[in-house]
Amino acid sequence: MIEKARVLDKDTLNRSILRIAHEILEKNKGTKDLCLIGIRKRGAYLAKRLGDNIEKIENEKVPVGILDITLYRDDLTLIAAQPVVHKTEIGFDITDKNIVLVDDVLFSGRTVRAALDALIDLGRPKSIQLAVLVDRGHRELPIRADFVGKNIPTSKNETVEARLEEVDGVDEVVIVAKN
Amino acid sequence: METIWTRKDLLGLEDLTKEEIELILSTADSFKEVSTREIKKVPALRGKTVVNLFYEPSTRTRVSFEIAAKRLSADVINIATETSSVKKGETLIDTGKNIEALKVDIIVVRHNYSGAAIMLARHLSASVVNAGDGWHEHPTQALLDIFTLKEKLGKIEGLNVSIVGDIAHSRVARSNIWGLTKLGAKVTVCAPKMLIPAGIEQMGVKVTSEIDEAIRNADAVNVLRMQFERDEENAFPKQLEYFKNFGITKERLEKAKKNIIVMHPGPINRGIEISSEVADGENSVILEQVTNGIAVRMAALFLVAQANDPAPLI
Repeated sequence: MIEKARVLDKDTLNRSILRIAHEILEKNKGTKDLCLIGIRKRGAYLAKRLGDNIEKIENEKVPVGILDITLYRDDLTLIAAQPVVHKTEIGFDITDKNIVLVDDVLFSGRTVRAALDALIDLGRPKSIQLAVLVDRGHRELPIRADFVGKNIPTSKNETVEARLEEVDGVDEVVIVAKN
Repeated sequence: METIWTRKDLLGLEDLTKEEIELILSTADSFKEVSTREIKKVPALRGKTVVNLFYEPSTRTRVSFEIAAKRLSADVINIATETSSVKKGETLIDTGKNIEALKVDIIVVRHNYSGAAIMLARHLSASVVNAGDGWHEHPTQALLDIFTLKEKLGKIEGLNVSIVGDIAHSRVARSNIWGLTKLGAKVTVCAPKMLIPAGIEQMGVKVTSEIDEAIRNADAVNVLRMQFERDEENAFPKQLEYFKNFGITKERLEKAKKNIIVMHPGPINRGIEISSEVADGENSVILEQVTNGIAVRMAALFLVAQANDPAPLI
């Protein structure tokens, strides 16, 4: 694994999050019925940060939840490392809410597909939008993001790693070449 | 470093490491929320088939496994041996191999012989989950007891846990002792002398036949059912005598810690090992144990199914 390029650093990453917060408010015309749900693991921290930003901008708290999609994956038997099941923590009713689903990197779209299934088992939201820090292309399903921090064209031989202070001790997005 | 579950079977707690036990408990904790949803189902075991193969009567455990499997979207078949070919003389292994030939993924087995689940697991490539084998082990019951304790008290390490009742014939006691001592609890067993197996001290437990001593410093007491059906030699104390000397009553609990947790694996015999007042009282977590049993069994089924999947393709 060789790091090829750093595409976002602490400042640019946080500016992207702030911009997405503004875009979410613009598109949803404020915070009414709005809630954020982050996909474990890093999407959960991004959702929390988006929530904090929205609160600063609008002086209104929006509900923030965490979704674990391990049980909804279609590739459970395909991934080498065994996934560990964590908790879904959504302490509010999602029915008739406008939900912004948050994840770090959008790639094949399969994680988002699983998250949509998981969400719909929990209730019937009015709408679901998707916010991602990075869109790296290579979709395998008809899924697109409504809010994107940065579009990063990549080759399939590369991976994109979003690192967040809460988990990784640093805020950055890097492109890594697979051996 | 996160623990990885690699066993195709769950046969007992004796073989498990502390980390493996903790992994089951934390997985169960994640699954508990599923049963509180309006749609109590996740697709994790979709397309898998689970057979409950029960050679002994059971309602609680079988229904709990069935619900757990269904909440994971598996298909479930129940086989009660009274109405099966076992009556025609088929051996356990033959029955197992026939079930496996039906392309079943997980067999949950309860059997009156100790070691039955282990033997079945050795002969099959399907996953085997032990739902109680003779006097040997009942791992999911112990796991749900420990899960409930941990939920109530926040930890297991350092707790004083007393197990009261028919220790000699109890697979629940044995599995609890293995699990609790591995997680650092101090375990006391309490029973009439004839119901304490020789050499049980070697499992790292304190032994007493004084009920007041057993509950005095206990954070929790696990009350076992008196299994009078196993009293083939007619040597057990009589029911009233047992209640008088070992029954968990309100009066006895007054000498214990105020918040002592009272557990019982069920079915309870009111007025024999526990009084109604205590069974229905504020210290009792008996029904919470039943609820937690589903989450624990979901975790067990999920983990063994995942470990038994074919090798990763990439």
